[in-house]
Amino acid sequence: MPKVKSLHEAIATDVQDGMSVAMGCGLESLIPFAASYEIIRQRKTDLTLICPISDMQFDQLIGAGCVKKLIASWVGNVAAGLGHNYRRAAEAGIPRPIEIEEHSNFTIGLGLQAAASGLPFLPTKTVKGSDFANGEQFKRVNCPFTGEELLAVRAIRPDVAILHVQRADNEGNAHVWGNFGVTREAALAANKVILTCEEIVDHEVILSDPNRTLIPGFVVSSVVHEPFGAHPSPTQGYSRRDDDFYFEYHKATRTREDFEQWLQKYVHGVKDHRSFLSLLGSERIAKLTPRGNLFSPAVSFNY
Amino acid sequence: MVAAAAREIRDGEKVFVGMRLPLLGFAVAKELHAPNAIGIFENGVVRDWPALESIFTMSDPPNIARALFCGGVNDSMFLLQSGRVDLGFLGGAEVDRFGNLNTHWVQEHGKRTRLPGSGGAADVATMAGRSIIIMNHERRRFTPRVHYVTSPGYGDGGDWRTQKGLTGGGPSRVITSMGIFSFDPVDREMVLISNHPGVSVDEIKNETGWPLRVSQQIRETSAPTKDELAAVRKYDPKGVWTS
Repeated sequence: MPKVKSLHEAIATDVQDGMSVAMGCGLESLIPFAASYEIIRQRKTDLTLICPISDMQFDQLIGAGCVKKLIASWVGNVAAGLGHNYRRAAEAGIPRPIEIEEHSNFTIGLGLQAAASGLPFLPTKTVKGSDFANGEQFKRVNCPFTGEELLAVRAIRPDVAILHVQRADNEGNAHVWGNFGVTREAALAANKVILTCEEIVDHEVILSDPNRTLIPGFVVSSVVHEPFGAHPSPTQGYSRRDDDFYFEYHKATRTREDFEQWLQKYVHGVKDHRSFLSLLGSERIAKLTPRGNLFSPAVSFNY
Repeated sequence: MVAAAAREIRDGEKVFVGMRLPLLGFAVAKELHAPNAIGIFENGVVRDWPALESIFTMSDPPNIARALFCGGVNDSMFLLQSGRVDLGFLGGAEVDRFGNLNTHWVQEHGKRTRLPGSGGAADVATMAGRSIIIMNHERRRFTPRVHYVTSPGYGDGGDWRTQKGLTGGGPSRVITSMGIFSFDPVDREMVLISNHPGVSVDEIKNETGWPLRVSQQIRETSAPTKDELAAVRKYDPKGVWTS
């Protein structure tokens, strides 16, 4: 079955109500906003979202009523402050109550790595003494060699990981550069992987630079060509961060009613990501596009 | 505050940088007295020189271009866990007399406010060689006991960290908008060691929610030097973080 699909088809096929979904795994970059808007448009519900820091993506999904549970370490708007929808849901159950499994960035990374490496848990020295270390997601264990007390982080196995990457081939072999966050761990921990990418390239391009292949295609179920699919988060080499969009969202979502208007304008009011980009306007897109290049010299794989 | 943060960074140290004021502090230190300091970011980036453009997040493209190393969260956190990180910066909505920080829930006048959570802060607080807390000094933020311990300082004081098996050294300084604090080496209570120019000790006591201990050697914080101010302006030309 061909993996290259439209975003609509990929979300309809691979994301079902009640699933756990890892998204925003690059931390503040490579956040697949185009995909989360499509999740909202398709009115997916009862999702468990997994990520260390999703910037404002999780706030939007929470406000749209798609979320039952969070497995996260930080939810808000990194540059602008608190997430208004997150606050409404956590404090008052609006639009619905959410369950929160608290983590640090590292314990999310370890939980995903445990699942990615086929283990039920990984031990760590972190977060001892934090109040959230008493949660069910952690257990005290002793090192079998030294007796040292460690914290076991339960494996985190997403049903699906949605990842934005710079380039991939038809099979989903993906080149990623810049900071990775927990992208690789999430791809290998999840049962299914949806890639959105700036470019679809020939298989030969992937083979030319194997150290840049972060995700092997055999774990990928869907490949979606979606330029600017991470907007307003940055994609190194393709798009700068649209800082204003984050500040505008923060101001425009202080009340529930204002958030609903925001959602209507940018998500329900457009049929796909291309229409969303038209709404932003070509001038704004041009401003966000890096001018010129900053190349790394090619390496030789000759033998 | 930026100058005070910069002064805490020694040459050659590996620093878990964070954003906003600590990021600027790192740039100022690199420029002036710590040219060999290395900056580590929790998204997987390691830099040996500060990005020249203002950035809002550590994953902004100017912070990636010409970095020393780009990996993932676990790469940075493994450096922290293996004891290779000398210093990390922390902030919070609340701090208490033993340097515990809260970024989860606060409660005022019976109303609970949900805050973003730990991010990488609890990792830094438990495992960095030492940590520096940077905060605005307000009475509601300087509370006898935090409502929730996100990032542990010295817990209940004394040898709490050793008992809990924390590997990092804990907070060494608190830098606020009013003064600078250290922690007593034995009972681990916060102690005022310097008041910023124009701020009296009584004003600081009034903005602190417990009977504040004051060092016998208290002095006034030295004002930012001309070089420090120039370095701040170089890295924050529009005054985004320091206006």
